[in-house]
Amino acid sequence: MSQTLTSPEGLSRTRVRIDYDRLLNTIGAWTLALLWAAPLLYAIWTAFHPAAYEANFDLFAPITLENFEKAWAAAPFARYFLNTTLLVTMILIGQFVLCTLAAYAFARFTFPGSNFLFALVLLQLLVMPDILIVENYKMIRTLGLIDTIAAIGLPYMASGFGIFLLRQTFKTIPMELDEAARVEGASPLGVLWRVYVPLAKPTYLAYGLVSVSHHWNNFLWPLIITNSVETRPVTVGLSIFAAIDSGVEWSVINAATLMTSGPLLIAFLLFQRQFVQSFMRAGIK
Amino acid sequence: MTKRLQWVYGWLLLFPAMVMLMAFTHYPALTTVFNSFFSTPRGRREAKFVGLRNYETLINDPTFWKVLTNNLWYALATIPASIFLSLLMALWVNDRLKGRSLVRMSFFAPTVLPLIAVANIWLFFYTPGFGLIDQIRMGFFGLPQNSWLGSQDTVLICMMVVTIWKEAGFFMIFYLAALQTIPPSLREAAAIEGASRTTFFWRVTFPLLMPTTLFVSINAVINSFRMVDHIFTMTGGGPDNASSLLLFYIYEVAFKFWDTAYAATLTVVLLALLSLIALGQFFFMDRKVHYR
Repeated sequence: MSQTLTSPEGLSRTRVRIDYDRLLNTIGAWTLALLWAAPLLYAIWTAFHPAAYEANFDLFAPITLENFEKAWAAAPFARYFLNTTLLVTMILIGQFVLCTLAAYAFARFTFPGSNFLFALVLLQLLVMPDILIVENYKMIRTLGLIDTIAAIGLPYMASGFGIFLLRQTFKTIPMELDEAARVEGASPLGVLWRVYVPLAKPTYLAYGLVSVSHHWNNFLWPLIITNSVETRPVTVGLSIFAAIDSGVEWSVINAATLMTSGPLLIAFLLFQRQFVQSFMRAGIK
Repeated sequence: MTKRLQWVYGWLLLFPAMVMLMAFTHYPALTTVFNSFFSTPRGRREAKFVGLRNYETLINDPTFWKVLTNNLWYALATIPASIFLSLLMALWVNDRLKGRSLVRMSFFAPTVLPLIAVANIWLFFYTPGFGLIDQIRMGFFGLPQNSWLGSQDTVLICMMVVTIWKEAGFFMIFYLAALQTIPPSLREAAAIEGASRTTFFWRVTFPLLMPTTLFVSINAVINSFRMVDHIFTMTGGGPDNASSLLLFYIYEVAFKFWDTAYAATLTVVLLALLSLIALGQFFFMDRKVHYR
């Protein structure tokens, strides 16, 4: 390569080789991308065309919204969406409050047992509530909360991941800012609210996006704990819709599938850059 | 602030989160172990201490062994495959590539879609005769139709494909983040020294990515025991438990057969397996991880 910097023949030879290399890489990347997008593209195709075009890819097939109308009418999706929205909002608020307080304690206070308690928090990254379905069901039954939206959210409120993430962020905030606010007479909670929370906004955004998309998509726990239309989130609603009516057309099921993923998908398309960056930020440890 | 006041504030701030964490993670984990030594309470009959009887049942339960084997194969296939693909995706997307953002979007999209919803789409892909895969097989290659999800030989592989498709794009993000922290001066230096792209990757990029690989592989391990949503829609664990995984079996035992003590015993196995693998991975990988 050092030759190529000086000799013109070397330069052109390298360029030809690199272009060849790049071409292969581009083809590879695009092939994989196409494969990866295929299920979604296919779902969009069937959802917007009449059932006759399910496996018949005619470029001039008529476009219709009939499948969405059918799906919407066949199950109480409006109620499911309301439930999911309530659920996701509730979890997000709960997580923000609980994790902020705990992260603040771990980041800026020295007290006996803090290391041990932090280890307990980290343990949740491995042993998630998702796995402890049997005992958590008993716990919710003891609390008398079976078949409520609160019951779906409760096990996820104190999130080990959230506490860890916010603690890391709080630790990077200079002590001088903290001290300056205290000199002006702010209480510890006042400092948290006026100094730490505003400076950690990007982390909140990142964690919020991860949390919302995770709980919007969650299925197993809500399936166990809910058994009525008034509490079911969209994921459980969709699974019941697709299972009961085994005679339902694929195009209608796909329309329902798109509908349930729709809000997240649209948000993702609009805020793609922020989304990817948020996930990246959340992943940096 | 006095030392004593620091203590009080620390504990008070921590209190609400700790109560919730204990109530839904630590306490249930402990009672899981505890209940695995008791019988399932039924009607008026209370749970009574049975010692290791649940574990005897477990050892003699062919379904348990089948499900465990399935899950190990499932882990063994999905973990390396999704890590390899995610690294490849990240390298491509990090490079100057035509239509990079579109490619990145396509890789990442499965991450934001509910697994239970996309399982419907995959279900159609696998439908014998009528589904997309068979249409291509029959149309282009003249092969006979195949019941992908109906055969014990192929059903687990079909589920693995869905899992890899779902999680690779998610792991790509972490690699992408790590790749962007590698200073460009390293690449320039390597180019001056005459290192090829392959050498550069194996000698510089790959070792620097080791912490990310550790993080991603722990996540992949956890996922391989946790991602069971698509089984509900696609196979229900069948045929003959060929596509059932440990967590799905726990769900069936607990909420279909209502044998909660045996479900707790199965959960103990899952917990033991998770901690064992995580510990092993940590110690094994730790020596190879290059920390800056």
